[in-house]
Amino acid sequence: MEFQDYYKTLGVKSDADADAIKRAYRKAARKYHPDVNKDTDAEAKFKNVNEAYEVLKDPEKRAAYDQLGKEPPTGNGRYQPPPNWDNNFQFSGGDPRDQEAFSDFFETLFRRGQGQEQHMHASRGSDSHARVQLNVEDAFNGKKHKLSLRMPVVGSDGNVSMQERQISVTIPKGIIEGQHIRLAGQGAPSLGGGSAGDLFLEISFALHPIYRLDGKDLHLDLPITPWEAALGGHVVMPTPDGKVDLRIPENARSGQKLRLKGKGLPGTPAGNIYATLKIVNPKVSTNEARAFFEKMAKDMPFDPRAHLGG
Amino acid sequence: MKKAAADHGVVDTLSLQDLCRFCQADETWIIELVEYGVIEPQGTTTSKWHFAGINIVRAKKARRLNRDLGINTAGVAMVIDLLEEREGILRRLARHEPI
Repeated sequence: MEFQDYYKTLGVKSDADADAIKRAYRKAARKYHPDVNKDTDAEAKFKNVNEAYEVLKDPEKRAAYDQLGKEPPTGNGRYQPPPNWDNNFQFSGGDPRDQEAFSDFFETLFRRGQGQEQHMHASRGSDSHARVQLNVEDAFNGKKHKLSLRMPVVGSDGNVSMQERQISVTIPKGIIEGQHIRLAGQGAPSLGGGSAGDLFLEISFALHPIYRLDGKDLHLDLPITPWEAALGGHVVMPTPDGKVDLRIPENARSGQKLRLKGKGLPGTPAGNIYATLKIVNPKVSTNEARAFFEKMAKDMPFDPRAHLGG
Repeated sequence: MKKAAADHGVVDTLSLQDLCRFCQADETWIIELVEYGVIEPQGTTTSKWHFAGINIVRAKKARRLNRDLGINTAGVAMVIDLLEEREGILRRLARHEPI
């Protein structure tokens, strides 16, 4: 496992007092909260910050951690705590945030047989939540998705160990951002002999270079030539569901939005595709092309700036 | 290594009780979210309430913000409104700044 520098994570000095640590934690939690911060690594950072605070806010855990810090990690990233490092310190699991797993470093050194009290009266295990990021195409075509989750599991001896679980889940066609898939019985196991909790997967979509999803609607920019815009006609447009034929109206404007009803994400009702037209000029590189544009300039009196006045 | 059972599907609607379990919150908290207009149930009485679509993810988001950052219900309501406004703006911005 890797040694975790909790002071560095929170951006405080190693002699910071409890108030300073709390302030630094609150600030970092606001900054990296995955509901607020859309960076892809925000969730990981938020988790690190919580892990650091979990140790540093507890005087006993902090003292034990400081003891570890006196013997700096050796080698490259492989960290082995000295034997009996926690001999003189008393701390328990306490305050577990969900069942989520922190780093190996934390799980090995600071996670103690927690959870028993929590489940004493509960007949069923608790639910687990995770996020799944899909591509836009997955929502159109459906997908068998394999994901691996690391969860702390309480063994029969009361000790907690990290277990990797492979779960395969079928993503149905037409799923939209923010929806959840429930996997019955895939949450935490019950300690009282009851049924296991459920696992909920929250769906989000990775940014796509061409498509943007808004609920069941799909948006994209569609480049067209000046003559396609002027004359109208049919163009072939790619969609995640395959190519479709789109009719461009005569005298189409740049920025004009065309709707393809029912061609968005499947469902009842199905979503729409909105194509925003972008008129793109060809690069003039030959004399013929140049002459062509010169002829247009001469024969087609047109002032796009007329409405600006002056 | 466990294999998933075929027993899974999209969460469509949740009752008040289901939503409490889903958010790991008590009824008072959910009712407060309704009172602040963060989520809107279908159904007349609390026992007949059903929460669908965006309300489910909103309730969960509200719970996370409350639990992780200590924001009260009025604050959560405002943060969620602002976040949705921001998402709309970012979507519009993405049209002009291709990734």
